[in-house]
Amino acid sequence: MKSLLKSLVEIPAPPGHEKELRDYVREEVETMADEIRVDSMGNLIVRKGEVGEGGKRIMIVSHLDEIGLIATHIDKRGFIRFTNMGGVYPSYLLGGRVRFLDGTRGVIDVEGTGKRKKVPGLDKMYIDIGAENENQCSIKIGDVAVFDRPWLDLGKRVVSKALDDRVGVAVMVQTLREVHQSQKRTPHESWFVFSNQEEVGLRGAGPAAYQLEPDIGLAIDVTRTGDTPQGAKMDVCLGDGPAIKIRDKGMLSHPEVVDWMIDVAQKHKISYQREVLERGTTDAASIQLTRGGVPSGCLSIPCRYVHSPSEMVDWDDVQQAAILLEKLLFEPFLGS
Amino acid sequence: MTTDNQLDLSLIETLSNLSGVSGAESAVRERVMKEIKPFADEIQVDPLGNLLVACRGEDSGPRMKVMVAAHMDEVGFMLTAEDDDGCYRFAKVGGISDKYLTGKSVWVGKEQVPGVIGLPPIHLTEKKDRKKIVPLKKLRIDVGAGSADRVQVGDRAVFATPFKRVGDSLIGKAFDDRLGVAILIELIKRAPRHIDLLAAFTVQEEIGLRGARVAAYKLNPECSIVLDTTPARDFPVWEEGVENAFYNTRLGKGAAVYTADSGTISDPRLVQYLLRVGEEEGLSFQFRQPGGGRTDAAAIHRQRGGIPSVSISVPTRYLHSPVSLVRLEDYQATLNFVETALKHISPDILSPMGA
Repeated sequence: MKSLLKSLVEIPAPPGHEKELRDYVREEVETMADEIRVDSMGNLIVRKGEVGEGGKRIMIVSHLDEIGLIATHIDKRGFIRFTNMGGVYPSYLLGGRVRFLDGTRGVIDVEGTGKRKKVPGLDKMYIDIGAENENQCSIKIGDVAVFDRPWLDLGKRVVSKALDDRVGVAVMVQTLREVHQSQKRTPHESWFVFSNQEEVGLRGAGPAAYQLEPDIGLAIDVTRTGDTPQGAKMDVCLGDGPAIKIRDKGMLSHPEVVDWMIDVAQKHKISYQREVLERGTTDAASIQLTRGGVPSGCLSIPCRYVHSPSEMVDWDDVQQAAILLEKLLFEPFLGS
Repeated sequence: MTTDNQLDLSLIETLSNLSGVSGAESAVRERVMKEIKPFADEIQVDPLGNLLVACRGEDSGPRMKVMVAAHMDEVGFMLTAEDDDGCYRFAKVGGISDKYLTGKSVWVGKEQVPGVIGLPPIHLTEKKDRKKIVPLKKLRIDVGAGSADRVQVGDRAVFATPFKRVGDSLIGKAFDDRLGVAILIELIKRAPRHIDLLAAFTVQEEIGLRGARVAAYKLNPECSIVLDTTPARDFPVWEEGVENAFYNTRLGKGAAVYTADSGTISDPRLVQYLLRVGEEEGLSFQFRQPGGGRTDAAAIHRQRGGIPSVSISVPTRYLHSPVSLVRLEDYQATLNFVETALKHISPDILSPMGA
């Protein structure tokens, strides 16, 4: 799964521009799918199994997209002005490098010459791709870029851009593989959805849920941790196992979904953490409010430095998350 | 291309001068209804007040269902409490900066009763207060004691800015989005015959895209185009010697096509299609700078199972203020651009996302 994750993070996929990554994931899962399609939003939708005795239709979603930048103006000297796509912290940009979808690379700096005590806004920054002037600049208004930062394997922990949410994508692909290779039937009909445009406001998952009309919605995404120096007051730590979301800023998990997840984790002796996140939310928030409402929850992978070019996860957490997801698909849902 | 300027201008003038604050769009709706009635195959007003119009094509077999939306409402005010002497406390409806309020004339209610938002004169104010923005709670809409029985709490008010043409420019209050409404009316009058044109004149856009959301559910189209206005912050010089990198759009450069704003990433297939049509037909258009702001497309594209959408706007200076200014050529270019795009549109431009 590690080499899969490394391949996934290296494919750029800013919001609305997920095609290359979607094609890659599609190739990975195609032979294991009972049904596969791409919808009008660009969500990749994969069915595995069908509803059996006491089974449910479960929609499991991880998002393909990562935060990015979009060019707004090329000035006469060839500097590129830009704005954000999704939650980009200005402080992570200065001195950093980015890569546009056509492969063009550039560095980010800021107007002016003075020493900086405050972090400037994005409107003061520019990308320099080394173009000599406007006409030499290959980038057009609307072209998009992502962080350019190599993968770093620290052994137990791995560091990369876009772990949010490629780690969720990897967990889902891995789970699909396990289910497929086991040749056992799950009681549930599982819909693996690789969604679009999560980072700009959960835009892909809602329409996917509308199409699928699931009984249960489950997002696989990263969550923050409280284990860094003077970090957030939050009990989730790297390395203590995957987190079962109770609530975040956009969703109260359905209690029966939470109970199901906890019961299955306990039954299979998978260590887990209870998660209450005070910032951010996931695709599950938008699934939950689709049509007449969908009981939803989220299986989270603890992650430090979310939305930075160097997000960090614990490899045991990732593996345990995949095991827990697989077990969930084989266990009955006892809720109503 | 529109040639009869006179006809266009009277329609824009009428629409711009009408009051239609979010939630109170009936005067605009009635006027639109009158214009489009002879040309529409089906007309309905939905429970929220959206005016939904179908112009069915003539081709037999399945016809592409294309939704085109423009919002009828404008930003403005609502009277919230009566003081005495014809003075009313009021709230803003939609995004208006407090900077714009003081010293303005307004029209209150359906009858457009004249009123003013005033301030004490300079010689009765303290120097330290003169540079401050007076907060809304200290302001009143004053219709004069004699008019007090013609208005009531709950009435809406708008800036009293009559439409006028100045050379090649138009000045008025509610170009956002009566220009879109005017374009949509023109499109209905010459609807393409190979598609089903589903026109939505929406309500309550300015307070959260509320009408468009249910309109898109009802119409269930294959794709949508949203017509709106977008800021042109294109002063030739902002600051001496500094290139203006944040103009959003520029006057005189034609229809403004969106790639992404804060509510929608335009469907890439529609953007490619518009680019191709624009270049092949030599149309006047520009790409709006990606960034803040949103249109009805933000609600429409997430409706049901997802509806491919794009926005096209008339570049406009000083939006959400008492005075907006546009170039007539940009209005005509936008109408021409959308009309041409609809004339050539076909289902194959929406090739599957996965292909």
